[in-house]
Amino acid sequence: MYPSRFRYEAPSSLDQAIQLLHDGAGEAKVLAGGQSLVPLLKLRFAAPDLLVDINNLPGLDYHRVDADGTLRIGALCRHADLERSPLLASRQPTMAAAAPLIADPIVRTRGTLVGSLCHADPQGDWASVATALGGHVVAVGPGGRRSIPVVDFVTGPFQNVLAYDEVAVEAVIPAPKGVPAGGYLKLERRVGDFATAGVAIALETSGSLVTRAGIGLTGVGGSTINAADAAQSLVGQSLTADAIGRAADLAAEAARPRTDHRGSAQYKRHIVHTFVVRILSRVVDDADKAA
Amino acid sequence: MSSLFEEIAPEVPTDVPVRRVTLTVNGQRRAADVEPRLLLAHLLRHGFRLTGTHTGCDTSNCGACTVLFDGTPVKSCTMLAVQADGHAVTTVEGLAGASELHPVQEGFKEEHGLQCGFCTPGMMLAATALLEENPDPTEDEVRWALSGNLCRCTGYQNIVKSVLWAAAKLRAQGGTAAAETTEPELEQTP
Repeated sequence: MYPSRFRYEAPSSLDQAIQLLHDGAGEAKVLAGGQSLVPLLKLRFAAPDLLVDINNLPGLDYHRVDADGTLRIGALCRHADLERSPLLASRQPTMAAAAPLIADPIVRTRGTLVGSLCHADPQGDWASVATALGGHVVAVGPGGRRSIPVVDFVTGPFQNVLAYDEVAVEAVIPAPKGVPAGGYLKLERRVGDFATAGVAIALETSGSLVTRAGIGLTGVGGSTINAADAAQSLVGQSLTADAIGRAADLAAEAARPRTDHRGSAQYKRHIVHTFVVRILSRVVDDADKAA
Repeated sequence: MSSLFEEIAPEVPTDVPVRRVTLTVNGQRRAADVEPRLLLAHLLRHGFRLTGTHTGCDTSNCGACTVLFDGTPVKSCTMLAVQADGHAVTTVEGLAGASELHPVQEGFKEEHGLQCGFCTPGMMLAATALLEENPDPTEDEVRWALSGNLCRCTGYQNIVKSVLWAAAKLRAQGGTAAAETTEPELEQTP
């Protein structure tokens, strides 16, 4: 047996889960999809005393849009549910582009978006996407419920702000005020590998003008990078070649890549630049086609 | 019933948490006493002696350990055996009927879809799940669906052909790709 010894509980209510985490006093971990946690347990990088499996909690496998346009993704919604979602395909282009690029098809049947955000891997795709979209994580603990912006939620590599007795129950993407556009591109050496570099762009547009922009970068820093200056440079602009070039320059500057076996820092920065240009050019092409 | 725990660690400290799990494996109800840290792949292989489920990379990459979990393909090296409590698992041993091969298995035979055979069980289960969802996949869709399964012989061309062969056969039969399973019954072993 590879992991070190732990106790296992599979509570049937959120209150029980929180109580177990509370009693675990910081030595308990939540198990959702397990596609990052179980490999970490096997390598003994993680060695909790207690695993609290939340897969039996009812009513967390949803993703839905509220009447006001807010998108909610429950803690047990799997990547594969999002990949096949007609809802995302029609309403949320950045997430629809990212969902099929997460890990590989079999990992996607188990892994969850909320778990991926909590895992806070600098190479995690969903954290960049949620950053670009201005998303929140909703956490429930003994003290009640709170909503944490993703940009504040991830504090470093594999670190988040959850208290030891809080469960992340949902991710929330605010309702767009304009027409949503954008995309996600990732360079990986092979299917299922971690990203060499990835770029998430989420825009809201009104006519030809960008009214809101968010850009998140994957795998080019110690944690997910919020390329806020690059995004801000697009607001109030139409997507001309100049505007696209400027945003790409700023995004490449925001990247903090390190040279490793996946490529040199310079190469990864170049990929970020190229992906910003590609995603925004595709947005322009799609708008031209629709017109 | 398989008393797995004693097999692996004959001298057991008394404070080790052991849980009884009951699951349906290839249509049969099975039970085992397991430590929570036991991986599903190891319960299947060592506990139930279903060695068709291979463990290849042990790092969630290769897909050789793929099984169907309530009909959905999962990497059984990346799930705990305790998580299977109350669920249904299909391994490669559950694909064939009493006297004939599953069409996906036939496809691998007809189109030479295996060389060393190590990745084959995982490939066949991933393919079975694909054909259940999409009976008439394009070549691209087959490649996409199998992209979580690695073949170190690099025999992908024939694997894809095998799955397309199976898809055609299943369509001709008008059947589904779901593995045939007998009614659940508790296995009687001493």
